[in-house]
Amino acid sequence: MLFYRLLLRLYPAWFRAEYEEEMCAVFVQRMRQERAIAVWASVFFEIFPNAVAVHADALRQDLRWTLRVLRQSPGFTVTAVVAIALGVGANTAAFALLDHALLRPLPFADPDRLVTLHDTQLKQGVARNLTSPPNFFDWRTMSRSFDALGAYVAAPIAVNLSGRGEPVRLDSTFISPEIFSVLGVKPVVGRVFSSDDELVGGPDILLMSHSVASSLFGSAESAVGNTVNLDNVTHTIVGVMPAAFAFPSRDIQLWRPLRFTAALLANRSNHILYGVARLNPRVSLAEARAEMNGIAIQLQRAYPKDNTETGIGVIKLRDTVSPQSRLMVMVVFGAAVCLLLIACMNVANLFWVRVLARRHEIAVRVAIGAAHERLVRQFLTESLTIGFAGGVLGLIVAVAAVPSLSVLVPTSLPIPDAPQVDWRIFLFAAFVTLATSIAFGVGPAFRSGRNVDANTLRVRSGRSERTDRLRQVLVIGEIAGTVVLLIAAGLLVKALWNVQAIDPGFRTEGVLMLRTALPSPKYNPSAARRAFYSGVLDRVRALPGVSSAAYVSYHPMEFFSGRTAVGIPGVIDDPLKAPRAVRHYITPNFFHTLGIPLRLGREIDARDVEDSPQVAVLSESLGRRLWPAEDPIGRTIFADGKRTVVGVVADIASRQLEDSTDSQIYFPAEQMAMPSYYWPKDLLVQSSGNAMALAPSVRRIIHDVDPDQAISNVQSLEDVMTAQTAPRRVQLRVLGMFTILAFSLAAIGIHGLLSFAVSTRMQEVGVRMALGADRRSILGMFLRQGIFLAVGGIVAAVPVAYFVVQTLKSLLFGVSPGDPVVYGAAGFLALVMTVGGSIRPALRAAAADPLATIRAE
Amino acid sequence: MDVHSLLPLPPITFHILLALAEEDLHGYAIIQNVAARTGGELKIGAGTLYRSIQRMLDQGLVVETRERPAPADDDERRRYYRITEFGRHVARAEARRLAQLVKFARRSGFVEGKA
Repeated sequence: MLFYRLLLRLYPAWFRAEYEEEMCAVFVQRMRQERAIAVWASVFFEIFPNAVAVHADALRQDLRWTLRVLRQSPGFTVTAVVAIALGVGANTAAFALLDHALLRPLPFADPDRLVTLHDTQLKQGVARNLTSPPNFFDWRTMSRSFDALGAYVAAPIAVNLSGRGEPVRLDSTFISPEIFSVLGVKPVVGRVFSSDDELVGGPDILLMSHSVASSLFGSAESAVGNTVNLDNVTHTIVGVMPAAFAFPSRDIQLWRPLRFTAALLANRSNHILYGVARLNPRVSLAEARAEMNGIAIQLQRAYPKDNTETGIGVIKLRDTVSPQSRLMVMVVFGAAVCLLLIACMNVANLFWVRVLARRHEIAVRVAIGAAHERLVRQFLTESLTIGFAGGVLGLIVAVAAVPSLSVLVPTSLPIPDAPQVDWRIFLFAAFVTLATSIAFGVGPAFRSGRNVDANTLRVRSGRSERTDRLRQVLVIGEIAGTVVLLIAAGLLVKALWNVQAIDPGFRTEGVLMLRTALPSPKYNPSAARRAFYSGVLDRVRALPGVSSAAYVSYHPMEFFSGRTAVGIPGVIDDPLKAPRAVRHYITPNFFHTLGIPLRLGREIDARDVEDSPQVAVLSESLGRRLWPAEDPIGRTIFADGKRTVVGVVADIASRQLEDSTDSQIYFPAEQMAMPSYYWPKDLLVQSSGNAMALAPSVRRIIHDVDPDQAISNVQSLEDVMTAQTAPRRVQLRVLGMFTILAFSLAAIGIHGLLSFAVSTRMQEVGVRMALGADRRSILGMFLRQGIFLAVGGIVAAVPVAYFVVQTLKSLLFGVSPGDPVVYGAAGFLALVMTVGGSIRPALRAAAADPLATIRAE
Repeated sequence: MDVHSLLPLPPITFHILLALAEEDLHGYAIIQNVAARTGGELKIGAGTLYRSIQRMLDQGLVVETRERPAPADDDERRRYYRITEFGRHVARAEARRLAQLVKFARRSGFVEGKA
């Protein structure tokens, strides 16, 4: 019997409450009249499917009831579903981004063992620097910690691909053959590079991305074995990489074998490579670091001139995301969580109101014998149904929104730009939906059947002080969440304004920029380069509307323009103690073209040719660091050889808009002993009109001077500057949208709370008015209640916001985390929102007819 | 509720209505009645019975009755069920439906006897 009762526990509690005794009686009767074994057999045979069926009956009934109830109050249903959809949608999209950029393992075999290797100059504050080919060569020979160690040229190299339809401009890089075994990737067709391909003088070959191969040849298969021209040199396609292969970054479409020519191996100060390696399974990261540390010390001793104080950094490939990119993603996710919380509080509040409004219905159901458990089930079914609808809608919102977040995916990672939406994202959405539905549904559900007595049947508008207070706390929470978002968004808006207001130190309006990377060895003779530059510049300057034009090795905001140590012979001889400056090789008229003011001495001009005295122009800050109290003009420095300082110009933001710590040094284009990496390649044209309108004529001129010369990166300097703030603007747009949604949800919450308060206090309003209160005092009474909530929310939000924005500090760009204007504006907006949300219910109360309201009760 | 919206009745439901046609019965009596009527072929389990009863209560086919038989037969725990007027309507409609079906079957030669 005990066992039978135990089995009955499979049935829902309400069913047992109703029928357990009956079923036991039947069981006893049967045991008396039939064979025990037959009775037990039939019990076992029946009980499992039947219990499931009873559960299903109840669920079906609950669902049917729920759909009917929800249809009866479409306003409530739509508001709740939309609120959940927004919360779940925002969170799912933000999670997809977070997962893609920061959590998901990199798309390579055993990605945990992948590391990058790079130079460090920690005493100089440089945590991650490129290394030189000879250094990499030594690492590869000396190290034992890695299964494979490869290298690639870090700066993307734009090449002109022709010989197959329209010429296209693509980013390429040079990589060493080991990279493929390091990453464990195979081509979809053809082969990857082998160690034979590394030999200097070998055939010109390349690997092609899947997308380029398909667009040029129709399919990956037909591309392999074909040839294309890269900057007019014929290359054979030996393989096509998988579509998802994005190494070292997603912009790279072509890979060529890195070949260590004698010239490359001769120069230990030519920092162009990053190393990538696969750790040996028996070697820990710490052990590898220790080994590389030892190698660094050996190299320092062997090459004191170039390698003094140069260490070797080993970090996991996954960890190469900059802290700022990481923070950008975290901020978006944090804001989404905040929005979800607000949506939850909002829906919870709506449910409380419903429970209160349905007290009569509940009381009736209790009176006719509905079990408390059935009521709880009923309310939970309602909240889960709404949660499910909101979750599905939210998932659709998220899938649609994810592509727009791709700008926030850090470019430093070898992953595609668009976050993938797969089962992980679905699982996350399902989890958030379930957690949300339970969070907002459980309280009201368990509350629903309690304290119901005959009294509620009579006093229909009965209110409970405790739930009133709870609902007020929920609304205060919504307001507080909104204020926190407003403050964070406000501070970031102000930071963006600050960044946009930075004077880069040069003129951007009307400047056209394009790149002509002169190929080697064609342009190895300096006379050939001189002829090209003057041929182009003379004719461009003659174009109508052009006031000035110049060539420079890398245009401003090019992150890969290198830096050099600037010493003073006999004073600062150690290059590692010397200040460093971004180096630019320029043609005459450069300063005039960009409007960079000359402070002292002269500009670089036509007299600075190959065999004239070697000269340099410093930026102001570099001059001050070298000679704090003296005039630098006429002094000798050591930078790319011994040179005389002939001029000082104003500083500019040279590599990144948000980093103004770089100084600059300028050398004449004709006086360079550097590899082709620094040959002036960026043409800058200053015009009075629309910069881009000049592009066709400039292209024609370049084509006339050298018909084979490829042109790339055609853009206005203003666009280059705009791109500097693109991630910030996308982040703000997302954050701004979340804030507006939170703001609307909170306003709906206030409106709902006060509407309900007004409807339950109509009788009180009637009595007050009958006793002489005028309409204005009734209006004031309800508005005051709204403002009280707003003030509560603001007071709660300020310390939270102050705490939260401390984590944003590195994005704030000079804006104080406690900026009073932003806090004031956020508080003011919250007050406006509150008054906006409360005005309608308050007016309704004030417009009431006192007699009618009293009679109605 | 519309009579025809409940048709066709699940066989168990129809058997329970047949069992209750003459007198109010408690659960075990219903089981026995059905078993006797079908020559022991259909033995309803307790769970199946009360799941059906629950649904029939919701549909208004039966009610629980408070009138009890003579004390000697009575057991404190037992609930007795009585067919409602609506339940009789539904049972009759179901019987007509079945009779019609049998008529069709006979015409097609699936059942012995005259059409």
